[in-house]
Amino acid sequence: METEFVLPDLEAQDTAEFWAGCARGELLVQACAQCGRWRFPPRPMCPDCRSIDVEWVKTSGRATLWSYVVPHPPLLPAYAELAPYNVIVVALDEDPTIRMVGNLVDRAEGPINEIDPAAIRIGEPVRVVFAHVEDVALPRWVRAG
Amino acid sequence: MATPLRDRVAIVGIGQTAFGKGLPDSELSLACQAISAALDNASVAPEEVDGLASFTMELNREVDVARNVGLGDLTYFSQVGYGGGAGCGTVLQAAMAIATGQCQVAVVWRARKRAAKTSRPWAQVPRRLDDHWQWSRPFGLLRPVDEVAMLTRRYMHEYGATRDHLANVALAFRKHANRNPAATMHDKILTREQYLEARWISEPLCLFDNCLETDGALAVVLVAAERAVDLPQRPVYVHAGAQGLPRQHQTMINYFNDDPLSGPSWAAARQLWRGAEFGPADVKVAQIYDAFSPLVPLSLEGYGFCGRGEGGPFTDDGTLEWPDGRLPTNTSGGGMSEAYVHGFNLVLEGVRQLRGTSTSQVAGADTCLVTSGEGVPTSALLLRN
Repeated sequence: METEFVLPDLEAQDTAEFWAGCARGELLVQACAQCGRWRFPPRPMCPDCRSIDVEWVKTSGRATLWSYVVPHPPLLPAYAELAPYNVIVVALDEDPTIRMVGNLVDRAEGPINEIDPAAIRIGEPVRVVFAHVEDVALPRWVRAG
Repeated sequence: MATPLRDRVAIVGIGQTAFGKGLPDSELSLACQAISAALDNASVAPEEVDGLASFTMELNREVDVARNVGLGDLTYFSQVGYGGGAGCGTVLQAAMAIATGQCQVAVVWRARKRAAKTSRPWAQVPRRLDDHWQWSRPFGLLRPVDEVAMLTRRYMHEYGATRDHLANVALAFRKHANRNPAATMHDKILTREQYLEARWISEPLCLFDNCLETDGALAVVLVAAERAVDLPQRPVYVHAGAQGLPRQHQTMINYFNDDPLSGPSWAAARQLWRGAEFGPADVKVAQIYDAFSPLVPLSLEGYGFCGRGEGGPFTDDGTLEWPDGRLPTNTSGGGMSEAYVHGFNLVLEGVRQLRGTSTSQVAGADTCLVTSGEGVPTSALLLRN
């Protein structure tokens, strides 16, 4: 079903593997095949050693809430219908300098406006879940405490 | 051995259109009117202009501007990217071109019809994203205000900055706009109560943490210092300038590196002060890019007016307010209360302060810092008279 949500291009050359991982229920990051450094968002070259050889590694999907916002209209129509909702940034447990944008939800397919914004806390532990919108599996986060 | 820019080039003309919503003239017409006014202000003939600089987001092309205003043979034209980060960089590039002889008389401008809701860049996002926006927008982080709010929440958490600090910024700039007849908010008083009760746009940022949406155009004229002294206006010298794109930075969504709260201002500031004969303590007045209020404390930290994390408390006790504050800032009202033309109005207010013609004139102002966007690859200028 077509929705009005803004979604990633699943075929883009340097990033398709990430979204393919989400479709399998795996949260992947790139690891440099030469020096081992993790990096996200995906990109073709390692800034530490300039290798273009990449391995994709599955993370634990455990993270800590780093920051959050609560958008209100004016917004694109599909998002305005859900507002106010939350958007969060999380820091991965394995490497806290690897951060990802997502949403805090009650359950994998739960709406992004179900959590009381007043109860969201920076520092709370979360774990990844995957929500399906059209043909995309979006990584979102549930409380892990 | 490189020769620093230090006062070798001067701004000798400024011009602007009215600011408004739904101005009837086209963007091209507005650009030409602002440039024409700046040339008249400088007493420089259009055919003398041989250099142009503007923003990559400027929709008016050099060919069209030059054909309309009647400019001469152009031997230098350049654009600077990253939206509101570009303003000071465009002036810097024009100044460098004059200092190296690539042109003699340069015009720098920005024209924009932004006030229509349909003209907002965030509302024109494609449905499928193959660039860096795919890591934020699908989750509903759609607008610049959302992206800045994310860093603001973290900034508040780490350093204890408060909404009262952000209100200090919004109220100071509004007071200055109330003294400036050209400002959009000239007639609108803003109280702390109104600020604290305003509707949210993206928590923790409310309506009054956001800049205006403005139609308008502004331009400046630059020549070498030797020529400037023969022109009627008091020359305002480009003492130093810098661009800044820090290591591992990502524009607007700078979440993906070791230290997201140390933004482009820090990188630009290191180069700026290296090129200057004075430091932050000597700056009498500042024009700080203010698309969103939290960019002001972050920039004040970056440019060295206070320590890391001290930008919030720095705004207490009227520090940013004319006439008695330690650092009167955005003395025409800035992007939040005069006009939002990608920050280019800040350059013109810097010039007015050093000519002595601001509507909130700082006594004895002889140095002014002007900055462009924080949170995007940026730029800054130190002006002196």
